[in-house]
Amino acid sequence: MIRENLPALQVVIPLMAAPICILFKNGRAAYGIALAATLFAFGAAISLLTQVLGVGPISYELGGWAAPWGIEYRVDYLSGFVLVLVSGMGVVVQLFSPASIKREIDEEKHYLFHCAFLLCLTGLLGIVITGDAFNVFVFLEISALSSYILISLGKHRRALTSAYQYLIMGTIGSTFILIGIGLLYMMTGTLNMADIAARIGPVATTRTVLAAFAFFTVGVSIKMALFPLHLWLPNAYAYAPSVVTAFLAATATKVAVYVLIRFTFTIFGEHFAFEETPVATLLMPLALIGIVVASSIAIFQKSVKRMLAYSSVAQIGYIVLGVSFVSVTGLTGGIVHLFNHALMKGGLFLAVACVVLRIGSDRIDDFAGLGRRMPVTMFAFVVAGLSMIGVPLTVGFISKWFLIQAAIEKGWWPVAALVLLSSLLAVAYIWRVVEIAYFRKPPEGEDRITEAPVSMLLPMGALILATIFFGLNTEATAGVARQAAEYLMGAVR
Amino acid sequence: MDYFGLYNYWIVIFLMMTGFYIVISRDNLIKKLIGLNIFQTSVFLLFITMGKVKGGTAPIINHHFDTYSNPLPHVLILTAIVVGVATMAVGLSLVVRINEAYHTIEEDDIHLVEEEP
Repeated sequence: MIRENLPALQVVIPLMAAPICILFKNGRAAYGIALAATLFAFGAAISLLTQVLGVGPISYELGGWAAPWGIEYRVDYLSGFVLVLVSGMGVVVQLFSPASIKREIDEEKHYLFHCAFLLCLTGLLGIVITGDAFNVFVFLEISALSSYILISLGKHRRALTSAYQYLIMGTIGSTFILIGIGLLYMMTGTLNMADIAARIGPVATTRTVLAAFAFFTVGVSIKMALFPLHLWLPNAYAYAPSVVTAFLAATATKVAVYVLIRFTFTIFGEHFAFEETPVATLLMPLALIGIVVASSIAIFQKSVKRMLAYSSVAQIGYIVLGVSFVSVTGLTGGIVHLFNHALMKGGLFLAVACVVLRIGSDRIDDFAGLGRRMPVTMFAFVVAGLSMIGVPLTVGFISKWFLIQAAIEKGWWPVAALVLLSSLLAVAYIWRVVEIAYFRKPPEGEDRITEAPVSMLLPMGALILATIFFGLNTEATAGVARQAAEYLMGAVR
Repeated sequence: MDYFGLYNYWIVIFLMMTGFYIVISRDNLIKKLIGLNIFQTSVFLLFITMGKVKGGTAPIINHHFDTYSNPLPHVLILTAIVVGVATMAVGLSLVVRINEAYHTIEEDDIHLVEEEP
């Protein structure tokens, strides 16, 4: 019974748990509920992914109404993979959060934090699992609205203006996506993704469908902070509470990339998306410029969170680059990097959260001497940083390997060279932090600073171990990613 | 092509651009939100318009009629309206908090305050 309805429960359990958190009005009780719901979501996601790997894609009819009339939930290789990623990051961040939010969020708002966190998780999981285009918009707004709230919980008053800015940009983005979905519905008369894909053929070259695709692509580019539509991201990440930053950086933009992949490959089809329209020739330069420009800006930031935020914009560039190759290898690279970047950026932001807990600041100068004072945290930072650079034995290497391979397959040597060169920019910004933390003397009278509590070190350590584990054992991630890429490319008509 | 017959779509585009322009050009945070709301409303109208069937009546079964408008876009827009209301509510409450923190809701003034050390 539970197993059959797992796709629905995947979304419904966190959704139902959110208002229960409000009813208790108590931080501890709310935390218990949120943790239980997130753990359940993680378990459900793993179970769904193993089912998909065993027997192929699962289709679930919500309320017993058959698709295309009813809403269909659909788990295939890609969505199963992203579900595990999102819910897994949810579990890590939830385990990590108690000590961190105690310092960064007022005690009486804790239950609200857990409620908003669960809603955000619900939205993200919903976007990934649904097979209905309009449903994507609804879940997109659920996750977006709750992430505005999460960001505005930051202590600094700038958190409010950043959340406001994100709200304006995010709403424009999702309204663009809604227009795109509307125009698609106009031409095909259906909202089910598989059904749209089946009916779009005869009308694919009409101006309405082209407009739909244009609106959709711009909207989703805002959502995933593709350069040059990334302006909301650095402030939002810099001023949000540290755990929120870690969670959003690891999941929210990744899910937006998922939406891009899902719509371009499954709905519009790669033939339409990349041959009838110049999207690939548009996405690739933007991705490359984004990688170089955002990495360069990252080098000059004074706040570590902000630096990592700009690095996130660059990393989105790598993922989109992988997608824009329109080949199985490229797409595999994009999907693998989507997963890997979530692990390492999650790890980096959690390490920064540990530092913020102890010294109350994320300014790069305040990191002086932390290599001695907080050895475990800084070690985690270094390992995740190495992965960000793409050093072998870490996950970052795997993604870059696939991306470079995809570029060479196409014979685009300059792109391959640029991917390699941009790693040097990552060396520059990661090294700045490492240098100050390990080689600069701490200011006088700062002997009180000690290592972060074990409750935070363990989840962070788990992520760091994962970056190495999946760097050595590529079969788990790259295997599934390749399967997903082949399935997406094969879904072409 | 019958351009005038599709006048609803002209209204949609006009409203959409009006809202978008307000979002971009205004400094006042509340005016920006109103612009955003107009922008969203234009999309509601777009959906409702495409649900109209020529000669069709309201989609309530009645043996006097045999042509009905498509009810699905109406239902979708009910959801989208709820989303719009929620966005507006969150946006306005953020503006209230910004006003408490900065004592102004003009974007330029907020930037000025931020630049002071």
